[in-house]
Amino acid sequence: MIEYLLEPFAYEYMVKAIWVSALVGGVCAFLSCYMILKGWSLMGDALAHSIVPGVAFAYLLALPYAIGAFFAGILAAGGMAFVKQKTKLREDAVIGLVFTTFFAIGLVLVSINPMAVNIQAIILGNILAISDQDVQQVIIISLVVLSVLLLKWKDFLAVFFDEGHARSIGLPTSFLKIVFFTLLSAATVAALQTVGACLVIAMVVTPGATAYLLTDRFGVMVWIAITIGTLSSALGAYLSYFLNTNPGGFIVLIETALFLSAFLFAPKYGLISQKRAVNKHREAL
Amino acid sequence: MSQAFIHLENVGVVYPNGHHALEGVTADLSPGTICGLVGVNGAGKSTLFKSIMGFITPTSGKVEITGLPVKQALKKNMVSYVPQTEEVDWNFPVLVEDVVMMGRYGYMNFLRRPSQADKKAVDEALQRVGMQDYRKRQIGELSGGQKKRVFVARALAQGGKIILLDEPFTGVDIKTEDSLIALFRILAEEGRLMLVSTHNLGSVPGFCDTVMMVNKTLLAYGPVETTFTQDNLAAAFGGMLRHHQLMGDELHDDPDARGVTVLTDDERPLVLYGEQGGQKIVRTKETAGEGIGRHD
Amino acid sequence: MMELIHEYLLEPLSYDFMQRALLISLLIGIVCSVFSCFLILKGWSLMGDAVSHAILPGLAAAYVIGLPLLVGAFAAGLFCALSTGYLKNNSRVREDAVMGIVFSAMFALGLVMMTRIESDVHLLHVLFGNVLGISSSDLWQAGSIAAICSAIMLLKRRDLALYCFDPAHAAVIGVPVKVYHFGLLVLLALTVVSALKAAGIILVIAMLIAPGAIGFMVTRSFDRMLMVAVSASVFSCLGGTILSFHLDAATAPLIVVIQAILFLLALVIGKRTSHSRKGEHGSGTAATAG
Repeated sequence: MIEYLLEPFAYEYMVKAIWVSALVGGVCAFLSCYMILKGWSLMGDALAHSIVPGVAFAYLLALPYAIGAFFAGILAAGGMAFVKQKTKLREDAVIGLVFTTFFAIGLVLVSINPMAVNIQAIILGNILAISDQDVQQVIIISLVVLSVLLLKWKDFLAVFFDEGHARSIGLPTSFLKIVFFTLLSAATVAALQTVGACLVIAMVVTPGATAYLLTDRFGVMVWIAITIGTLSSALGAYLSYFLNTNPGGFIVLIETALFLSAFLFAPKYGLISQKRAVNKHREAL
Repeated sequence: MSQAFIHLENVGVVYPNGHHALEGVTADLSPGTICGLVGVNGAGKSTLFKSIMGFITPTSGKVEITGLPVKQALKKNMVSYVPQTEEVDWNFPVLVEDVVMMGRYGYMNFLRRPSQADKKAVDEALQRVGMQDYRKRQIGELSGGQKKRVFVARALAQGGKIILLDEPFTGVDIKTEDSLIALFRILAEEGRLMLVSTHNLGSVPGFCDTVMMVNKTLLAYGPVETTFTQDNLAAAFGGMLRHHQLMGDELHDDPDARGVTVLTDDERPLVLYGEQGGQKIVRTKETAGEGIGRHD
Repeated sequence: MMELIHEYLLEPLSYDFMQRALLISLLIGIVCSVFSCFLILKGWSLMGDAVSHAILPGLAAAYVIGLPLLVGAFAAGLFCALSTGYLKNNSRVREDAVMGIVFSAMFALGLVMMTRIESDVHLLHVLFGNVLGISSSDLWQAGSIAAICSAIMLLKRRDLALYCFDPAHAAVIGVPVKVYHFGLLVLLALTVVSALKAAGIILVIAMLIAPGAIGFMVTRSFDRMLMVAVSASVFSCLGGTILSFHLDAATAPLIVVIQAILFLLALVIGKRTSHSRKGEHGSGTAATAG
């Protein structure tokens, strides 16, 4: 039995998949705490789709994919800012418009040049066959993002909670926001490798939302989210070996299962305890 | 006097999350009057509005409109609603006349094709509020007061006997406020009931006939002169208002016991003058152009 | 000149598959653009994104059970919208986050199911559409859904626009607001389902946003917005399909790129008509009602 459970660890590609997923899961979970408080879920999805043409380009030109992704991300963000400024469209429409356009450009490029690019790997992730070069990129990205977040997490919190106050105490708010979105794009690039463009949104939303149901303190929330993100990513990659299924999809399903458990059973904000509190209140009347 | 337009009987609202928004509200509102609805944020003003509009069904008590249950009254186009400025998407691609025409939808068929009568009603409504020259403007292209007038015109086109106005004076200047008040007065005198929610205390004595003061329940209801007193205001607003009192010495050189009380929440102030306990409302008059800064 | 027309426009028409492709593009172009006007004004872009992704497990499940795929897709799309509403009302998590969680979870479930099930549903075709490979039974099904949805939305456009603009007023005049809310969700799911074969679930959201945005940019009244949106959408759908035939490029992405170009065009033209809008403050204060 134990032998059976340890079987995945005998394969180098499985070991690599497990710890790379865990690393990326933890980083994305950290960011997710900010994302869900600011209502930026669509932004996470948009970035993940927008960088696809960049990744496709980078593969075509044999550049590190992170560079292509980065430029596409910046272009998309610039495009959104431009359209937002020029029109009176709602923000969600602007984001949707720009990211789908970028995504479509990527697909047209790929369809005209179907040679080197495995579009399925970009959309659905390819963690089991990740190359060593890609692993290096993921590690560098994750470490940079993590260290900036660990050093500056309180500054980001101050800016996102009350920008006016943050400015009044001398924080460079615009700069910090740009830094945050750069970190987010970088993390998105890394997550693209593990779960693919369509599921990045789960990585940068679900762990934070789960933690948000369990605590009222941001510091605690970050730790819970990171724990959830890391463990469910590692577990998802590990279990996908036995179930012979797409690891990205499985990681997201585990994260969702945890969210639903928190939704039902969280001590203070869970559905069950809330219903109980209402009933008590009614009886007291 | 004719039958009450809005009949509230022991109305209470408890939200599904256990929040008690309102309890035991009983009142009869008569036609031909302007009734002010005052209270702090979260006191239940909008809950009361929503109950009258049929958005929420009270958990206890009942609401009747001209003797009918709310749903039936709505079908008869009895109630019109003028939303808060912030609630409206001013970039929506509709022209002034389109918005006013929406007031007629209740009379139209399944496809909402306007008839001659509908068009005439829209023309008249625009005329009443003095907006006929702006009918082809997109609604975002109007000033604050004009925007309000368009929605009042919609209420008129609808032909409702009851008009609910949610914070109509937020974000409009004093001159506009006065002209809107003049319009409301005329509309009330024609036999409508205008129910106006406001936190702008100073203007209440200026244009309301009656006032409802709410804070989780109906604290007081009656004519402004007798209801809008310092005691009731204190109960409704607790410590939420700025409160300046100028007594005897500060005001008079003689041993006059009368004093001046100024209550304000940064809008037009409410000024009460007289002996303690028997103070009377002073109808304040602000004039435009004094450079009084007001926030939205 | 005639030769060019013949070569570029008529030659594709001589193929059966191109006739079908153009017809379905036309129908989908109409239904998506009509819905997009409501979606833009209601602020439902993320909802459109969510519902379109969420139909993946429905396809897989329908295949396993043996139901028509469109039925499964519709049920899954609707489930996504309804469960989002339920989770939002019963927890303190914001709506956008709940939506992200629900649709990514459903997409993930769909992926896992797809990799486990041996089916003739080609994942890449589901994701990106395959308008050139559409069969006549697909055309019949998707086309009739698209036609019915378009007709309903166009007939009830005034009520739907009112519901988007001012739900409180709609309720006060006796319009059943909850029915309309639910109805729009159903229409969204049906629209996505009808566009599934041609546009794929990832790009349908583009076709649900861009036409409405183009219409919004250049007009000031709702009926005109609808007309512009439908024209722009039909033009790009037909143009994209024909172009993809000649370029041998993926169809749906090409349609989306054409729409994006039209949007940029609208941005340039729209600046002119929005000139009066820009002056809203100036002209507004100058003409204070008094």
